[in-house]
Amino acid sequence: MERFRFLIWRPVQMLPVLLGVTLVTFVLVRSLPGDPVRVLLGPRARPEMIAATRHQFGLDEPLPVQYLFFLKNLLAGDLGRSIMYRAPVFEVIAERLAPTFLLIAYALVLSILLATTFATLAARNEGRFADHLVRGFCTAGLGLPGFWLGILLIMLLSVRLGWFPVSGYGETWLGHLHHLFLPALTVAIALAPVLTRNLRATLIEQMGADHAQAARSRGLTEGEVFRRHVVPNALLPTVNLLGVNLGWLIGGTVVIESVFSIPGLGQLMVASIFTRDYMLVQGITLVFALTIVAVNLTVDVLTVALDPRVVL
Amino acid sequence: MTEATAADRPAAAHVELPPMLLAGTALLGLWIVVAIGADWLAPYGPLEQDLSRTLQGPSAAHWLGTDNYGRDVLSRILHGARLDLQIAVLGVLFPFLIGNLIGLLAGYLGGWTDIVAMRLLEVTMAFPFLVLVIAIIAVLGPGLGSLYVALALVGWVSYARLTRAQVLVLKSADFVSAARVMGLGAWRVMWRHLLPNAVTPAVVFAMTDAVLVVLLGSALSYLGLGAQPPAAEWGVMIAEGQQFLASAWWICLFPGLAIVSLAMGFSLLADGLAERLGTRP
Repeated sequence: MERFRFLIWRPVQMLPVLLGVTLVTFVLVRSLPGDPVRVLLGPRARPEMIAATRHQFGLDEPLPVQYLFFLKNLLAGDLGRSIMYRAPVFEVIAERLAPTFLLIAYALVLSILLATTFATLAARNEGRFADHLVRGFCTAGLGLPGFWLGILLIMLLSVRLGWFPVSGYGETWLGHLHHLFLPALTVAIALAPVLTRNLRATLIEQMGADHAQAARSRGLTEGEVFRRHVVPNALLPTVNLLGVNLGWLIGGTVVIESVFSIPGLGQLMVASIFTRDYMLVQGITLVFALTIVAVNLTVDVLTVALDPRVVL
Repeated sequence: MTEATAADRPAAAHVELPPMLLAGTALLGLWIVVAIGADWLAPYGPLEQDLSRTLQGPSAAHWLGTDNYGRDVLSRILHGARLDLQIAVLGVLFPFLIGNLIGLLAGYLGGWTDIVAMRLLEVTMAFPFLVLVIAIIAVLGPGLGSLYVALALVGWVSYARLTRAQVLVLKSADFVSAARVMGLGAWRVMWRHLLPNAVTPAVVFAMTDAVLVVLLGSALSYLGLGAQPPAAEWGVMIAEGQQFLASAWWICLFPGLAIVSLAMGFSLLADGLAERLGTRP
């Protein structure tokens, strides 16, 4: 268990970063132009009403004091109150969490399916037609704007053929999977080329490695060598790459959620920026940043679990 | 040894350029020509409306159709090359300059400079890239200027990391020690001796970064955070055409193809350059 000791000190090490993240979010959101109270109360609000509301949300305190309050509340699990929704930020975010995370998980599953299929196809036919085709698709896929691809898919599969809903999230689990298929596919098509390229290169490298050669000389068929010796050794770099790109993907859902009108965190964040709902923007940004920290930690754990040689 | 390297040199000039490098250069060159010559190449003005010919499909008069204001889609795409190329260049240039400077200083000076720079880098990287960019744009107000500032503030980290790593390796190399022993100042050593040798990975990454910036810039303009309507920018055009998707698909389709070809130009250039310089990741 020596190897897993980093599970304890890694989160501690992340504390200054998390503090920095809260500070950056706080400064950024507080320097937004415009007054959220005026947005909330409308143009005809009386001055004493504005003052009372400002006081209620602690907006009349000096900025450093507001930040300290924010930190203190944060430690108590309190992210503040949303001015627009008149509810705790935590609750508002919790309601929107599911669509976003389902979308990300869905997209991950689809892109892993796409990447393993295409990378295997390319690696086992290295230098032949299938390989060139896959590499061509990868180059093209990297240059596809997700929002445009999403619109095309809506036009073709939803509007013309009627196979999928145009937008929304659905009511049941099956409905969610049905509604989120196109958005998830859009995200997956953007991610799959990155994974495919990496996995293909590692597979080819491993196919020529000594241990694969040794397995062949023991009389294993090419398929057995591939499944038992090549694939397990090729997974690690791809898992790492997945971790790096997931942070980028979480941000990318903002665009895709807007294209498909999915009631998730990304869409909420953009809306909150325009209504100057400080606390909500802060909370969402924090949730996103925490997710990335958690994902990086998970990738570290997986790396250690998958490769006994790695000591962090 | 001297003879050998001298003999190698003419041979090196005959090395074939990777086809990807050529294809990428050709695609980019095409768009640069279009951007420069848009006024002559485009049959109509980018903002020229003809309300008697709205939402018309591709025809001899309007090769790629017209939009809901009767503006010529082809002309808007050709003029849009200016804005989208500008986004690609400036959206990469500012992070490149800032990132390399920080990476150089952090790597060479070490100590507190390095500690502060690295903490700043870690904090920036803890955010999802796009979320932080959008948050900064929200503070500054939507527009291309804000987009450039936001990309500069967030995008420098990749360059800083690459160049710092190179500098850390190179700063103990003989040629750097020699320069220092000769009594050259820190600035001169960094600027004239370290940077030219350390910058290659950053240059290669800049091409990959350009692909991301083209996609990001058009996506943010699509969301209403970058270029503003009625500007002829490809992302803006797609946003404007989305509500007419069912009846007038050409408004959305063709600007998207333009984005794909520009992004692929940079992508091919990045791959070709990496292959040529042998720095394939």
